[in-house]
Amino acid sequence: MTQATLTGPGRAAAGPAPEIDPDDIVAVPLRHPWRWILAVFLLIGFVCLGISLWQNQNIDHPTITEFIFNPRILSGVVLTIMLTVVAMLVSSVLGVLLAVMRLSNNPVMNTLAWLYVWAFRGTPLLIQIVFWGYLGLLYSQISMGIPFTDFTIFSVDTNTLIPALTAGLLALTLNQAAYSAEIVRSGMLSVDEGQYEAAYSVGMSPVFTLFKVVLPQAMRVIIPPMGNETISMLKNTSLLSVIAVLELYTVATQISSQNLRQVELLLVVSCWYLFLTSVLSIPQYYLERYYGRGKARSLPPTPFQRLRAALRRTPINTHRTDSQDAS
Amino acid sequence: MTGPGPGTSVATSRATTASLASGPDALGVAVEPLLSALKVRKSYGGVEVLKGISLAVNPGQVMCLLGPSGSGKSTFLRCINHLERIDGGRISVGGELVGYAQRKDRIFEMNPREVARQRRGIGMVFQRFNLFPHMTALENITAAPIGVRRISKQKAKDRGLELLDRVGLASLAQSYPAQLSGGQQQRVAIARALAMDPQLLLFDEPTSALDPELVGDVLDVMRTLAADGMTMVVVTHEIGFARGAADVVVFMDGGVVVESGPPAEVLDNPQSPRTRAFLDSVM
Ligand SMILES: Nc1ncnc2c1ncn2[C@@H]1O[C@H](COP(=O)(O)OP(=O)(O)OP(=O)(O)O)[C@@H](O)[C@H]1O
Ligand SMILES: [Mg+2]
Repeated sequence: MTQATLTGPGRAAAGPAPEIDPDDIVAVPLRHPWRWILAVFLLIGFVCLGISLWQNQNIDHPTITEFIFNPRILSGVVLTIMLTVVAMLVSSVLGVLLAVMRLSNNPVMNTLAWLYVWAFRGTPLLIQIVFWGYLGLLYSQISMGIPFTDFTIFSVDTNTLIPALTAGLLALTLNQAAYSAEIVRSGMLSVDEGQYEAAYSVGMSPVFTLFKVVLPQAMRVIIPPMGNETISMLKNTSLLSVIAVLELYTVATQISSQNLRQVELLLVVSCWYLFLTSVLSIPQYYLERYYGRGKARSLPPTPFQRLRAALRRTPINTHRTDSQDAS
Repeated sequence: MTGPGPGTSVATSRATTASLASGPDALGVAVEPLLSALKVRKSYGGVEVLKGISLAVNPGQVMCLLGPSGSGKSTFLRCINHLERIDGGRISVGGELVGYAQRKDRIFEMNPREVARQRRGIGMVFQRFNLFPHMTALENITAAPIGVRRISKQKAKDRGLELLDRVGLASLAQSYPAQLSGGQQQRVAIARALAMDPQLLLFDEPTSALDPELVGDVLDVMRTLAADGMTMVVVTHEIGFARGAADVVVFMDGGVVVESGPPAEVLDNPQSPRTRAFLDSVM
């Protein structure tokens, strides 16, 4: 059928094999002039913007170069990274826990998880941060004891137990857990019902099934939005400036309040955030590859494999790749 | 609302299943059946899908379940390993009630761990294979022995390779399910079920999702298992398989057993007009 169409006139003369090999299509490629025009216009626009920023008398370029690797800025960068990593790790564990509670048929767990998500997703993160920061105003002492008696096991001053850094971490983690829980839950719902049945039929317990069968498959759905959340988290750490946690943005505002170079320091900070968010997409790529194993018939080569292949000018072997050589 | 039905004590249920088992092909001596179902009832939202199914399978026997779509075959099979809980009656495998524990004359619901332990002795093969897509063929087979039975990795691997060899797939141990054909996937699924050394194997239309030319391989594996003395309950539309491999053929319709007996009787000389109509439609 296809052959007949390709050979055109030969269609009527059915029977003998067509002369032209249908694989050999020599055609003039479709031209895309508007792409080029748009690209040129945008390029000119960006160059002009760059020049205007560069030549702007109000921007002091030496300040930018002076502060981009300033030790105080660097310590802010380190704290920002630390906050992001810890908050994401702990909130992911909490998120899995909440998702499992939401999907369990235990009504108490179910309601508890629903309430948690409702409360932490329903109020602004900024307010939660301030709340944890000012917890000392609400409860000046935190103590543990037996209710309705005078017996206490321990009692500490709230501000000692929860310094600003801990309050900030707590706020970011607890808030993120609510969002992560919903992402994990949607991932778990994407796993086929037959997978549970197969796991149960070979005698796996519900908990074993969760960790060995359901979550590894859910990961494929969970990781892309989690990458998004990690990037949001990285930027949201700047909100901790309201409770004076010395992360990147707080440090920058402190510096600029002394030297009055607000714009320059904002540029410094923006460069760092851009750099860090770019770096974050690398682990995401490899995690996606790892959890996608067994899904695609053969995995595409990694960027490094592509690069190496291009340098060596050897064809890429897409067949042999599997989870082991994701290097 | 739940729990096995009213008024059946242990003594009577034993007696009844024994008499059920000494059906057509019992040799005079009463054999203790491996699987016995007694008046099993199951409803979904007020609609009764199983209306008192009683049957028994002796060790080493193959029972084929036939019946039109919606007659409750899959539901019954899923009740046997407690993927569904029954509303009435009793199911026992190897002399043990499925999903319930009997102490004195009271019946207790089992907790999930005990149910899981019980299911290790009952393998199941599904219509849509349900292999774990993120594991290789070999990992699919060894996951439960390693994780549930706590067998050493090396031992489980050796046994897994042996089982893959038995279903004719030794060379594909490292393939992921997506890289296998339907027939190969189903044979891996059979090996996965066998890896737990079950005393009973359940098959729910194992070949109906397969291309016609792949059906033969799977049926061959099942015939070999039957010949090796595995006790099996097979829901199938493959009349040829039922005729050749089954010891008992059961015809179900509308949630009841309409007719049962040796394949020669049920398939070639059906007594019920419903059985006849069904056989005419599939043959
Ligand atoms: N989870 C469920 N909820 C509600 N109804 C169900 C459920 N599972 C099965 N049923 C109903 O129970 C009846 C029997 O279903 P079952 O799957 O056991 O039939 P079957 O004999 O296996 O049919 P088939 O040959 O098409 O597989 C059907 O009418 C079906 O609609
Ligand atoms: Mg069915």
